[in-house]
Amino acid sequence: MHELSVVFHTLESVRRIAEENGVRKVNSVTVEIGEVSTVLPYLFEDCWNWAVKKESVVKDAKIKIERIPAVTYCEDCRKEYPTVQYGRTCPYCSSPRTFLLRGNEMIIKEIEVEDSYGQNQDN
Amino acid sequence: MDKIKIIEVKQSIFQDNDKDAEKLRGELKEKKTFLLNLMSSPGGGKTTFLKALAPRLKDISMGVMEADIDSDVDAEAMKEAGIRTIQLHTGGMCHLDASMTRQGLEEFGTEGLDLVVLENVGNLVCPAEFDTGAVRNAVILSVPEGHDKPLKYPLMFQVAHALIINKIDTLPYFDFDLEKVKEYALMRNPNLKIFPISAKTGEGMDKVKEWLENEVKAWIS
Repeated sequence: MHELSVVFHTLESVRRIAEENGVRKVNSVTVEIGEVSTVLPYLFEDCWNWAVKKESVVKDAKIKIERIPAVTYCEDCRKEYPTVQYGRTCPYCSSPRTFLLRGNEMIIKEIEVEDSYGQNQDN
Repeated sequence: MDKIKIIEVKQSIFQDNDKDAEKLRGELKEKKTFLLNLMSSPGGGKTTFLKALAPRLKDISMGVMEADIDSDVDAEAMKEAGIRTIQLHTGGMCHLDASMTRQGLEEFGTEGLDLVVLENVGNLVCPAEFDTGAVRNAVILSVPEGHDKPLKYPLMFQVAHALIINKIDTLPYFDFDLEKVKEYALMRNPNLKIFPISAKTGEGMDKVKEWLENEVKAWIS
């Protein structure tokens, strides 16, 4: 629903990181998106491809999306299980005392860049 | 030749916004202004709630920032009720983030206000994801929406400090289970304060007012 603004926030961070590192061009950005985060990867990708056309350093950078599977932990039987399949009730002991271990992340993992100005000057 | 290299980042997409929100909270603390981020789905009763709240606040002064995608009907309603207000347009965005909130506050001017309420865009999904820099988050859930909402929109109920259950005067007409909604919401967020109210009849308003007044006084003292 708010993929476009998540894309804008991502671009803001990527621009800042590129600037701090004296990067001339960003080729691609890898993000990790949790399976139960509120962002849908295909929409994120669409928004990204639209937004990067208007960029300079990040212009036309590719987006690589890695999914983080959602895992829930049961406090009663201390087992882990897949969240999407079973929701918040533990499939082993039917306890509702569970919490999400991972799967709601939205992380900028890494960016692939062309060599920085700084390093070119060193050469 | 340009060489390709990888810069490892490993940071949350929201890190910049979260930092900005933290900074804004610091500025608000210095200015002795309490910011409440009020969220709900469209039609949950945010505006009616604020109109009911304003005359009950005796010792603190309140202003309202209305955020909407379009129109100024909410700001007009506030003005008619004699409440200092500003209308923000989000330009199509389904929520406000910290930098938009800061812009709004600067435009609004918070001098003389102890409490600023940010009436966020009506939406139970997106506003939950973005820290606005508010001191407290409150969500209004109204009876016609159903008691299952904390299960369907878990993040909203996790980030909220207070849950205001509005339109309880309509309870006889809906299959809304007040105990269930409390159970579902507390399962998500054991620290949540829950206030069943009717902004229309005034039932329960004093308890929310008391909570808010205490929060504001603790912040600005």
